[in-house]
Amino acid sequence: MNPDARLRWKTRVFAVLVILTNAVGNFSLAWGMRHRAAALTFSPLDYISAIFSPYVLLGISLLTFWVLARMALLSWADLSYVLPVTSLGYVASTLIGRFFLGEQVTPLRWAGTLLIVAGTALVGLGSPKIMAETSEHAFAPSERKR
Amino acid sequence: MKPWILVGIVVASTIAADLLQSLEMKRHGEIRDFRPRGIARVLATLAQKKFLIIAVACMAVSFFAFMTLVEVADLSFAVPASAASIAFETVLARLVLKEQVDSRRWLGAGLVAIGVLLLKP
Repeated sequence: MNPDARLRWKTRVFAVLVILTNAVGNFSLAWGMRHRAAALTFSPLDYISAIFSPYVLLGISLLTFWVLARMALLSWADLSYVLPVTSLGYVASTLIGRFFLGEQVTPLRWAGTLLIVAGTALVGLGSPKIMAETSEHAFAPSERKR
Repeated sequence: MKPWILVGIVVASTIAADLLQSLEMKRHGEIRDFRPRGIARVLATLAQKKFLIIAVACMAVSFFAFMTLVEVADLSFAVPASAASIAFETVLARLVLKEQVDSRRWLGAGLVAIGVLLLKP
């Protein structure tokens, strides 16, 4: 596989990883928080015990992996690629809420979520590409070489 | 606690963490040495920066508030609502960090703000 095709595949794999770890991590965190024996109080001990419940711990681990995968993706792909792609995580979380947590998602909430995705994409496209300008080889259209 | 109050805490602490990190990292300058010893030296220097220490505390507040938010509100509300930080950060990047913000970014920030207002907890 030539280096360009390899980088394209790596970028796609990481983009999917970033979206999935964020959505599944948030789902696990929400599931764990809602299925604890008692509701949270403002006691720090309560938060510490919540952190060590299995689903919350899984959620935190996945969200930690999400941060690292996103940082790795940002190290070779432009922010104008990463922000719009990863903003699909908002849609994924809404779908998970609807189908796995039984939440009522009104048309207004869907409209709000889609506006947020569109807005995030525009913010990303309007961001300065400092790294792209300084790299020796441009990698069209939105991925660049390490 | 009301979901919008928790969203406010998540967003405010995220913004504070991002701004403080950005201010301190710009003051520190570009990191060029990525060898283990170089990274260790940078981390040792940064660990003494009070803005970064406050930023880490803000991130912790943001996370614990988000944990509480997903307990009391829908996930389909909590996750998109946390994007409000994008709209506020665009304004603060212009006002506090004196960054150039083009019209496309302003439009994007506006769409995010309207989108968040349409989400009902």
